[in-house]
Amino acid sequence: MSRVRLLVGTRKGAFVITSDGKRQNWEINGPHFAGWEMYHLKGSPVDPNRIYASQTSGWFGQIIQRSDDGGKTWNPPGGGPTTTPEGMPQGESNKFVYEGEVGTHKWYDGTQHPWEFKRVWHLEPSLTEPDTVYAGVEDAALFQSTDGGKTWKEFPALRHAKGHLWQPGAGGMGLHTILLDPTNPKRIYIAISAAGAFRTDDGGETWRPVNSGLKSQYQLPDPDAEVGHCVHRIALHPSRPGVLFMQKHWDVMRSDNAGDSWHEVSGNLPSDFGFPIDVHAHEPETVFVVPIKSDGEHFPPEGKLRVYRSRTGGNDWEPLTKGLPQKDCYVNVLRDSMSVDRLEPCGVYFGTTGGQVYGSADGGETWNAIVRDLPAVLSVEAQTLP
Amino acid sequence: MIRVVLPVHLRTLAQVGGEVQLQPQHPTLGSTLDALEAAYPVLRGTIRDHVTLRRRPFVRFFACEQDLSLEPAETRLPELVVKGAEPFLIIGALAGG
Repeated sequence: MSRVRLLVGTRKGAFVITSDGKRQNWEINGPHFAGWEMYHLKGSPVDPNRIYASQTSGWFGQIIQRSDDGGKTWNPPGGGPTTTPEGMPQGESNKFVYEGEVGTHKWYDGTQHPWEFKRVWHLEPSLTEPDTVYAGVEDAALFQSTDGGKTWKEFPALRHAKGHLWQPGAGGMGLHTILLDPTNPKRIYIAISAAGAFRTDDGGETWRPVNSGLKSQYQLPDPDAEVGHCVHRIALHPSRPGVLFMQKHWDVMRSDNAGDSWHEVSGNLPSDFGFPIDVHAHEPETVFVVPIKSDGEHFPPEGKLRVYRSRTGGNDWEPLTKGLPQKDCYVNVLRDSMSVDRLEPCGVYFGTTGGQVYGSADGGETWNAIVRDLPAVLSVEAQTLP
Repeated sequence: MIRVVLPVHLRTLAQVGGEVQLQPQHPTLGSTLDALEAAYPVLRGTIRDHVTLRRRPFVRFFACEQDLSLEPAETRLPELVVKGAEPFLIIGALAGG
């Protein structure tokens, strides 16, 4: 019988949460890396027991961790107490160095500011190679490891896509979304807060902004600017990788041409501000968002925690509330904190800044709190296991 | 032999308990950190930057009731530390209130 494993990153450690295919009873294992901020954990699609994790701290910087047994044990790749086959310790799995001339980006006061590595926001394992993984980092850049996370190399051309005009938002200038096209290994989409969405069609050699149609009249002097939009999250369905759904700072957007142009599909949402967005595992036109009241008030409208589902690819949205708190709820749901499993019916999961992880085993119709009192949740990834 | 006390999170990361004991090439601040990182490569980048070797902003170096955080790498450690009578302390700077 299939099983589900949730990889949950929080402000104070990581948790590995498992259930059988019924998804009624959950076993919670953790905290791993207690006391550290765990921005993101994600397993390899080709080897689900190979899990990469971003462990970070304001004091001690970035650590990359890897598990090869489904999250039971962890080690920094190539940096543990053992040495390399050559007998030399490497300790380079946390070494993220920008390629070539570091360059500058726009700073809060309008001046140019040098790129400075701060942390890894998102890890995206390759769809085909367990040793290959991509890392989205702050200050925004994309790195790749092809040796299981031991060493990292940047795709510097991304920062040449008008990088001098990118400017950090309040949460930092992080590269938070990495989408790999399952039908075209040369095509990757990424998104940066607050620079926008970008695409490569040649495996990272060149990149271009794909923000046409986004309008940011309250964030940018030119609402239609080529870069500078505060994209919060992008999602796609693997069967239709040219169709993208985006939760922008304000506005839920859709593209039917791989990001070449976008149109708004916020429709009847009570607020079109929010962070996560995801697509149903079996229905490419079914999309989930969690509306948040505003950029100044990061909590659900009316104190009601509601997931909204569209079965029409946007515009028509229905609230999903059964099992979710419908009064006095003032948590947030961060951009990497929603995920779906691949079971039938599709499971949907999200974590909150209040430390709850909610799950639905029926496509969002009903919800249960899988756990209620974790530290603030930064990320949730669902793995469907054989 | 120089005794080094790590902050608890770095002890966990390096899989060590209590103090670590090092034989640096020179009894200096920089050489001690070099020896520490050679013995425990996972600590590279956590105390000082990989490339510039600058101390991370919220890490401090204490020894014999002195703050050595701002001293240059070639600074000789206090004699009591060099002799192993006192530890060299690596501290996560106070945060909170």
